[in-house]
Amino acid sequence: MEEYIILMRLDLITKDKQPSPEQLESYMKMYHDWVGDIAAQNKFVGGKGLSTEGKVIKSDKLVTDGPFAEIKESIAGFITIRAASLDDAAAIAGKCPILQGEGNSVEVRKIVSK
Amino acid sequence: MSSPEIIPHLFRTEYRKIVSVLSKRFGFDQLEMAEDIASETFLTATQSWGIEGMPQNPAGWLYTVAMNKAKNFLQREALLKRKIAPEISRTAAKEEEPCVDLSPQNIQDSQLQMMFAICHPSISPEAQVGLSLRILCGFGIEEIASAFLSSKETINKRLFRAKERLREEKVQIEMPGAEAIGERLKVVLATIYLLFNEGYYSARQPHPLRKELCYEAMRLCHFLLENEQTNKPEVNALMALMCFHASRFDARANEQGELILYADQDTGLWNSELVSRGGYFLRCAATGNTLTRYHLEAGIAYWNTQGNDSIRKWEQILHYYNLLLQIDYSPIAALNRTFALAKVKGKPAAIIEAEKLGLEDYHFYYALLGELYSGVDDEQAKENYRKALAKSPAGFERRTIEKKLTELEGS
Repeated sequence: MEEYIILMRLDLITKDKQPSPEQLESYMKMYHDWVGDIAAQNKFVGGKGLSTEGKVIKSDKLVTDGPFAEIKESIAGFITIRAASLDDAAAIAGKCPILQGEGNSVEVRKIVSK
Repeated sequence: MSSPEIIPHLFRTEYRKIVSVLSKRFGFDQLEMAEDIASETFLTATQSWGIEGMPQNPAGWLYTVAMNKAKNFLQREALLKRKIAPEISRTAAKEEEPCVDLSPQNIQDSQLQMMFAICHPSISPEAQVGLSLRILCGFGIEEIASAFLSSKETINKRLFRAKERLREEKVQIEMPGAEAIGERLKVVLATIYLLFNEGYYSARQPHPLRKELCYEAMRLCHFLLENEQTNKPEVNALMALMCFHASRFDARANEQGELILYADQDTGLWNSELVSRGGYFLRCAATGNTLTRYHLEAGIAYWNTQGNDSIRKWEQILHYYNLLLQIDYSPIAALNRTFALAKVKGKPAAIIEAEKLGLEDYHFYYALLGELYSGVDDEQAKENYRKALAKSPAGFERRTIEKKLTELEGS
């Protein structure tokens, strides 16, 4: 088993794409069930939510208020899991409920440092 | 109560008080001496009360005798020191009158500090429970051996080694500092929970329900609640959890001591007072910032006291298991979570998740699959029940699975 990080991206900027409180509650439920599925397989390692505020610094030292304002996808949060392979990890990530939202995405990367 | 009966009862409650106070006064490394004095005191009591009858104030009598024995011990020690090392005793200040503080406050404090001293991370969890039963609950070695399905020799060795280890670590009878208390409390709570679980669903066949062990665990937990420094949310959560489980004791086992499944229990025998009390502690636990496994298990246990199936009950149970598995994975929690998932999302969805669990070594796993496939694919259900039987130890679990298989085969 290796560790993988699943980065979840969604549009945090476009005002009319933000979920209503009921939608949010429903998404949270789906999200918790998805994480619960992973935890039941003893593959859950950790996870953090991220604030919607932040900063972006670019190579020309320009600092803007984040999240990443030029791309409509900002990192919403991430979890780390154990999986037998990248394919296994991708299969798990593919079930993330944010993918039900158009334009959202998840990225899976193997963790290589200790 | 006649004299022979009251002594075991008093032994339980007063033994730990005397041992704790004496150990605090003399130092934890003198624990065995403190235990000897306590035991001798009870021996004297048995002899004396048998002849002269019970004194008016039995506890007071015990304390007086224990104190006198302790004084004698101290004086012998001082005498020995003077003979062996006269220089030291001459330069020492005038010998103080050896005394032991038996005020209620000191008795209370000493016991609490003794609990922390015993539930120390340097000794194994079994040793912690064993020492707790011996010193804090006044259990005899035979009783402890019986509780652990072990022999007197093993238990004696275990306790002896544990005390040695604690001496090596120079463990003191004192409250841990504010920074350490959180961590140490975790160990204490784990010990109490281990003790409760041993009574609730003993590892050994036929899984006897040992209510006394559960009650001792609850008593120790209550003790923590009575002290300001240890009256923390997670302690209240653990207390709530134990109350909820204990509420079903009368329904949980029949007269022969055989376990009765939850679904088959007579809910009229469920103790609603314990459920209320659990609810009270659960509310007390709902403070502070940390969600501990005890909070989650208490939440699950609460819903299990509500006999009626409702979608909300199972949604909540599923939610709590989702969180519990993230904090602290265990195969049993994973199986129970999957059962709750079936109640919320239906059996087919749960079957998909069940087959990812990777628990092919557990007979419970096949029993769960049998349950999930029943009504969905009865052939698969029977197949899984048969696999479960092949792996089950004899006894209650086996009989339960056999019953389910027979029902399916008959239909």
